Amino acid sequence: MATTKTPPKTFAVIGTTPPRVDAGAKVTGAAVYGIDVMLPRMAYGRILRSPHAHARIVRIDTSRAEALPGVVAVATAADLPEAVDRTDRVGEGTVNYRYTRDATFAGDKVLYHGHPICAVAAVTPEAAEDALALIDVEYEPLEPVLDVRGAMEPDAPILHPDLRTRSLAGPGSTPTNVAAHMRFEIGDPDQGMAEADVVVEREFQTATVHQGYMEPHAATAAWSPEGILTIYTTTQGAFDVRTRVHELLHHPLADIRVVPTEVGGAFGGKNTGYTDVAAALLARKAERPVRVVMSREETLMATGPTSGTWMRVTVGARRDGRITAAKAELRYEAGAYPGAPVFSGANCMFASYDIPNGRIDCYDVVVNKPRTGDYRSPGATQSAFAAETVLDEVATCLGMDPIAFRLINCACDGTSRITGGAHEHIGIRQVLEATRDCAHYRAPRPKSDGYLRRGRGVALGFWGNWGARSSVTLSVAEDGTVSLLTGSVDITGTRTSLAMQAAEALGLPLEMLAPAMGDTQTTGHSDSSGGSRTTMATGIAVCRAAEDLLARMEERAAAWWGVDSATVEYARGVFTSSTTGDAMSWAEVAGHQSETGGAIRGHGDVNVRKWGAAYATHIVDVEVDVETGGVRLLRHTVVQDVGRAIHPGQVASQMQGGATQGIGWALYEGYAYDAQGRMLNPNLLDYKMPTYLDVPAIETILVEVPYPGHPYGVRGVGEAPIVAVPAAIAAAIHDAVGVRTTRLPMGATQILQLLGVIDP
Amino acid sequence: MQAFSYRAPTTLEDAVSILAAAGPAARPLAGGTDLIVQLRHGRRRVDMVIDIKRIREVGALEFTPEGGLVLGAAVPCADVATHADVITHYPALADGAGLIGGAAVRQRATVGGNLCNASPSGDAIPPLIVLGAECRIVGPDGERRAPAAEFCTGPGSTILAPGELVVSLHLPPPQPNTGSCYLRFTPRAEMDIAVVGVAAWVQLDPGDGRIVDARLALGAVGPTPIVAEHAARAVIGLCANEDACAQAEALAIESVNPIDDVRGTEAQRRHVAGVLTRRALRGAIQRAKGESLDA
Amino acid sequence: MPDRTRVRAIINHEPVDFLCEPRQSLLDCLRDVLGLTGTKCGCNDGNCGACSVLLDGRLVNSCLVLGVEIEGRSVVTVEGLAQWPGARIIQESFVEQDALQCGFCTPGMLIASKALLDRSPRPSEDAIRAWMSGNLCRCTGYERLVRAVQAAADHLATIEGAE
Repeated sequence: MATTKTPPKTFAVIGTTPPRVDAGAKVTGAAVYGIDVMLPRMAYGRILRSPHAHARIVRIDTSRAEALPGVVAVATAADLPEAVDRTDRVGEGTVNYRYTRDATFAGDKVLYHGHPICAVAAVTPEAAEDALALIDVEYEPLEPVLDVRGAMEPDAPILHPDLRTRSLAGPGSTPTNVAAHMRFEIGDPDQGMAEADVVVEREFQTATVHQGYMEPHAATAAWSPEGILTIYTTTQGAFDVRTRVHELLHHPLADIRVVPTEVGGAFGGKNTGYTDVAAALLARKAERPVRVVMSREETLMATGPTSGTWMRVTVGARRDGRITAAKAELRYEAGAYPGAPVFSGANCMFASYDIPNGRIDCYDVVVNKPRTGDYRSPGATQSAFAAETVLDEVATCLGMDPIAFRLINCACDGTSRITGGAHEHIGIRQVLEATRDCAHYRAPRPKSDGYLRRGRGVALGFWGNWGARSSVTLSVAEDGTVSLLTGSVDITGTRTSLAMQAAEALGLPLEMLAPAMGDTQTTGHSDSSGGSRTTMATGIAVCRAAEDLLARMEERAAAWWGVDSATVEYARGVFTSSTTGDAMSWAEVAGHQSETGGAIRGHGDVNVRKWGAAYATHIVDVEVDVETGGVRLLRHTVVQDVGRAIHPGQVASQMQGGATQGIGWALYEGYAYDAQGRMLNPNLLDYKMPTYLDVPAIETILVEVPYPGHPYGVRGVGEAPIVAVPAAIAAAIHDAVGVRTTRLPMGATQILQLLGVIDP
Repeated sequence: MQAFSYRAPTTLEDAVSILAAAGPAARPLAGGTDLIVQLRHGRRRVDMVIDIKRIREVGALEFTPEGGLVLGAAVPCADVATHADVITHYPALADGAGLIGGAAVRQRATVGGNLCNASPSGDAIPPLIVLGAECRIVGPDGERRAPAAEFCTGPGSTILAPGELVVSLHLPPPQPNTGSCYLRFTPRAEMDIAVVGVAAWVQLDPGDGRIVDARLALGAVGPTPIVAEHAARAVIGLCANEDACAQAEALAIESVNPIDDVRGTEAQRRHVAGVLTRRALRGAIQRAKGESLDA
Repeated sequence: MPDRTRVRAIINHEPVDFLCEPRQSLLDCLRDVLGLTGTKCGCNDGNCGACSVLLDGRLVNSCLVLGVEIEGRSVVTVEGLAQWPGARIIQESFVEQDALQCGFCTPGMLIASKALLDRSPRPSEDAIRAWMSGNLCRCTGYERLVRAVQAAADHLATIEGAE
């Protein structure tokens, strides 16, 4: 049930819930995803991967594979030009293309179980699989390091001999696995702790988890005889794919055409690609199109999960509830190459609160696991688990209601953050009040029954969202219908919400808009769809394009009438001349286009540098079976500030989906490794994502505090709903059975240990 | 997966002769929900797959009060779990068969296959054991019967000799005042492999409510399902109440030999084996009395 | 090249005749041999339901069926749903209830829904969740999917009642 609390304003299209424009293809099986692309003469590519977590490559012999009938190409690291040491912002993180090359095909070392070695293409998928078994690789295994604290020990195995710690003190001088250390500080945290009446300190550990998109990675590459490379791929950012292929193959950007397909889930994990360069190399050598599709096992083992972590959080507060100081140490696993989302974790963890004294130490640490990728509010869920759990414990010590405690301390416009910067136009107070006043929070706490103990918990999450570059073109056809071409890939239904914004801005019914995703040849540069930015930032581009288009249409009406365009007015599909009183419909002006100057188009190219942040709370009722340690969710409500809900049904669905991923992260999901660093559960039986039976019907409350920087007040909504879920469930478990769970996932063994039923 | 050839015999005689001639690199195929996954992940290699589903005898599902239940080896779990006579007279088997995989898996997976796969955590196996099931086995040397309780010899290993296959399972006629129950612990509600599974069967004296006979079998806590004879014998003669269940719990904990693996820890499994023994025995008692289980 | 077997079956109410290796799953055959890409591969080991099809009316994971096993049998995929009168109703129900985002799990969900409604025309919420627990969705949180199936069931019942 989605309830919306909105300040009054009348829109014609925004706020309605029309069917999605891409729904028809998706309910008939006609939609073409990355794995569905088929081209004439297409061959099938597969990647050979390391069975070791850390090893030197002594020798590779592909001759037996090349001789297998049906094999059309083999590609190795020798086919990649030399790496360029250049760092770029990609998706919600950064990338160094030297490392990207190493992740495409390993250099002299493999750094994680599943690290690509080389690739083959064959005329059938079965022949490609058979060919993999015929590639001989000799390894010299090295000792792996799999956890962040182990990696920081002085005698830890070193992944990159040339890696030095980056910090404000300048680069370190000794080989290390610590890629970066940053300290953020305001006020005097030690003094602040000394002034506190209550101090709570806890240590936390979270397992590596995956975005869990149902469609694996896939890319189909084809070269024209002139050297134009076309890549069809499932991606959040076609231009990022183009840049990556350009950097690795040294091929001109405009000669690389990346066509995004429908995307079967992404959540940040398709900001990076893992099949495109291999497909391009194989296709060039085979001289025929090649499709590379990853299996589920490969997707779990060798794409970009998010960081496992170790964290310590300390919070001090006075008896009146005011937080006096907060300290944190965050150690995040980056995987095989630097770039863990630890700084964004630091940025978010206390961002909801006005804390005068604080210190956060962040460590970005490499370990022998796949290099992390973005996952829905990258880095924030881990640090929120720690921060919100400690805050819940402070509130419990003070005997305060957890929402009342947060209201006493909540940030407002102008509040400075420990990590720098100040809040602008935030809706946190409204979210907390809506949480306090909602039916779920006011309902009587669930009663326990024998060995089934029940409780309730609440937690608050923050995500800053993102702006960045977007490009939109609106074109009017002769019958007045308008095509909307965007470079923003649609991963969540944004084709529809963008069309709704265009329809609103143009004063036209939604049915007259025909949205489409473009490719890198046909649209202007758009950063990847993610960071909760598309409906907001691309929406701004839509509004600019609409303004541009309206100006062009007014000029054409004026030209038709022979008047000054300043005297033409437009409202709701009708142009009028204020001097003559003549009127023309939108379709009529469109119909005259060839006589008035040709095609009529409006453009919006933006680089949005300010955007609205989002807050979301979760209220969770749980049931703990104290004999088995099993946890079941009884009721779950998400309350979120959405700015303005363009399509409330889609927004509520984002909230439910993010909450469900958070439930999996909290209770079931986590990568397991053996002592040699091989992943034990790269399958969906033992990497356990929630099913229909594991989540209740999640209720959603949409609070609208419009963001002034967007014409309709839109804030990004996609990411914030995951952040506070593990902390809310932990708080509920504590309410039910009186123990603090500090490790994710919060499985039965941990609960039985904390209850003292089994030994740790 | 590696290439293999496929045969689909229509008689038991043909199946046995193909299997015997093909040697150890051939495997019978029923539902395929274990075998195909193993082949695809390289955990098993075969040269030949012998699809038994066209053979009449393996598809039988017949109950008579005098003869008991004949359950062909290739009857899908969904058919077993929803069969009225199975639910009434062999409820532990309905419980177990109804928990394997999810709805789609149960349309293909079979009780016979679950037994022959011999996973320590197979959900159909403890129920078959406590219900006294017998396997009808055919092979090159003819036909034989063996108790389900003796069928599994280790993870993935059974008493089947080369060329043998299981045709059907035979459950004895139901006796009055008996009840059975299978419970398991999994992290998610469905789709998981059991971390611990316990089947219980009791027979009660209708007059004084005492336990006349009992059987317990525990899965996923040893290399094969464990027949907890000591724990079961200890409750015979006791009143069928919570104390009896608690006694069984304590003895079951001592009878198990669990390991740490990605699905659970040794300590957790040992403890939960006791809890589920108590609850499964309570469930069997309730059913023996004609009551429905606690929610 | 390993030997291939000839398979004759009915797919979406039409006869098909194709060659495949025994190791190719029904899913492989549908997608790679017959070009029916509506059925998806999410895990290839029976744990996600993206490959759900109806085999002789039963809901199955096509990744766990060999292509050669469908000899003489009948398969319905998402592309063949249109021939079921209730298809449009359930498809519209999914759209109206916002029961899809990325849409990748949708074909499997539709097939599983049909299998459920064929046997249980007015399923409870618990029955829907239990039946469809083998179909994973990572985008929606399932609640809208449950509503979509319920709405379709209600709608189908009124039509049947009218007949």
